[in-house]
Amino acid sequence: MNALEKKTAAGPIVEARNVSLSFGSVKALQDVSVTVAPGEITALVGDNGAGKSTLVRCFSGVHRPQSGEVLLDGRPVAFSSPEAARSAGIETVHQNLALVEDLTVWQNLFLNRELTRFGMLDRRRMKAEAQKMVSELAVNVPEVTSRVRRLSGGQRQAVSICRAAGFSSRLVIMDEPTAALGVQETARVEELILRLRDEGHAVLLISHNFDQVVRLSQQVWVMRAGRCVAGRRTDATTGQEIVGLITGAIAA
Amino acid sequence: MSTAATGTPAGPTASKATPPANRGGAGHAVASRLRDVGFWADWAALVGLIVLVAVFTALEPSFLSSGNVTGMLSASAALVILAVAQTFVVATAGIDLSIASVTTLGIVVLGQLYAGGQSLGVAFAGAVLAGLLAGLLNGFLVAKAGITDFVVTLGMLSAASGLALVLSDGQPVTVTESFFFDISLDGPVEMVTWIVVIAAVIAVVAHVVLFHTRFGTHVLATGGSPEAATATGISTARVKVAVYAVAGLLAGIAAIIIVARLGSTPPAANTAYLLNSVAAVVLGGVSLFGGKASILGPVFGALLLTVLLNGLTTLGVSQYYQPLSVGVVVVAAAFLMRFQK
Ligand SMILES: Nc1ncnc2c1ncn2[C@@H]1O[C@H](COP(=O)(O)OP(=O)(O)OP(=O)(O)O)[C@@H](O)[C@H]1O
Ligand SMILES: [Mg+2]
Repeated sequence: MNALEKKTAAGPIVEARNVSLSFGSVKALQDVSVTVAPGEITALVGDNGAGKSTLVRCFSGVHRPQSGEVLLDGRPVAFSSPEAARSAGIETVHQNLALVEDLTVWQNLFLNRELTRFGMLDRRRMKAEAQKMVSELAVNVPEVTSRVRRLSGGQRQAVSICRAAGFSSRLVIMDEPTAALGVQETARVEELILRLRDEGHAVLLISHNFDQVVRLSQQVWVMRAGRCVAGRRTDATTGQEIVGLITGAIAA
Repeated sequence: MSTAATGTPAGPTASKATPPANRGGAGHAVASRLRDVGFWADWAALVGLIVLVAVFTALEPSFLSSGNVTGMLSASAALVILAVAQTFVVATAGIDLSIASVTTLGIVVLGQLYAGGQSLGVAFAGAVLAGLLAGLLNGFLVAKAGITDFVVTLGMLSAASGLALVLSDGQPVTVTESFFFDISLDGPVEMVTWIVVIAAVIAVVAHVVLFHTRFGTHVLATGGSPEAATATGISTARVKVAVYAVAGLLAGIAAIIIVARLGSTPPAANTAYLLNSVAAVVLGGVSLFGGKASILGPVFGALLLTVLLNGLTTLGVSQYYQPLSVGVVVVAAAFLMRFQK
């Protein structure tokens, strides 16, 4: 992972340029162009089915655009798999929580990033480091040896976020990370998002919570029915304007 | 034990929920575990094995004679290996219906090479290679061609047993080699023959692979949640090819052990090995939906089935009741699994 070395000064870390993607007759993305700047929290908003998750899945290697391109540090990339995106430093907290229920917390945290010694799993070290990762998030997470099946929705979310934040990623994508969380957990996750940014990660945040978007982000992209209809600097917009852009009451 | 889930603010240390059972001392903990039906589901095969041995010994004291124990352990060796093989496939939420036929293919390849004047080593290698190739083909068809495991391995069941009949022309080959007597009758210690040692070594290696290597974790992740595995970058297709290949390879090894015990190479597939391998896996508490597995469980399951059949024979129960009894035991075990943790 040489992800952290090549940090270009000004340009976006990740960019979608005229990306289109259809599932059969459903045009999930049409000619979408957005940028994610380094060191910033970029928000992606839009109604249900607007195409937000589909767009970020193009960044995390799950989908490949049918036309248009994804650029990493200004260079076109075609992630052939989620592994390729992860090795390039893009970690994702998926909306549907990509955790394996029958595995333990520490196994999930280190899934496909297992530490080994002499070819064997270094279970002790993974457990210890998992404990560290989890306690840094300081959300109510039970022991790292418990199975994910026994965790509450919020606890699972915390584990997903831990995993995404844990591996010296350059860009952390979070697809509605606080949707299932209580008040306290939401506050902690928001703290974590800010901390990730302060530590130099770029964050791409999907959220339906406009207060949260205004509180955390520096840039907002608005999607409607598969198109990116507007982009605003957060300090130059308001919650009302964003709502108007999402519903189409305000023309972009 | 989800006391930490109630939303009260708790630091990392306070959030380490202690199961209430641990507070009442060891005796209390044991008692509460024994009341937990999930515990019995997890250890169904071992408990069933102990109960069966106790019952058969009570009814027929010679059941535990050294000769009979030696025989039962040797008889279980091939099934233990096939149960381990099936476990890897089932852990990915697949199933290998071709396992007994591929074993027979291995047996026949061994026999034909031997009859053709090849050395025993070459004949063994041929059996293992035949199993491996059949397994790889299964894996590619399931993972890359996207055909359902059930259909692929059902096709292989037919194809492999057909090929075995074609290659052997339906005739068994008698293999009289002192080496076979050495491994199937002698052993390092009393009652344990070398083929039992081979099966035990395979089980231990399988356990290490499943629980102490990256590959094993990826097998469980592939079975537990293919989406999650894929999202973290695991190639579930590659994992699937690998588990079917492992199953085929182990079927080839089981073929050698069966020939060693029989001294000949029967060309007709022994379908009991298919049913019993799946039965052992179910008895061992492995989820047919994938993601949850153990090696020890299916090994005990295989031993239990062998003991069951041997015990019924010892008691003079008609052969015809044996499949019936296996069916009852397996369905009962599957019922118990519903209470699994
Ligand atoms: N794998 C898929 N197969 C078929 N259609 C899909 C698939 N994924 C998404 N879609 C469709 O693409 C459109 C965009 O979906 P997407 O999940 O990106 O929306 P979203 O903006 O994330 O919505 P939400 O806020 O509800 O999460 C929807 O119409 C959805 O039905
Ligand atoms: Mg979504």
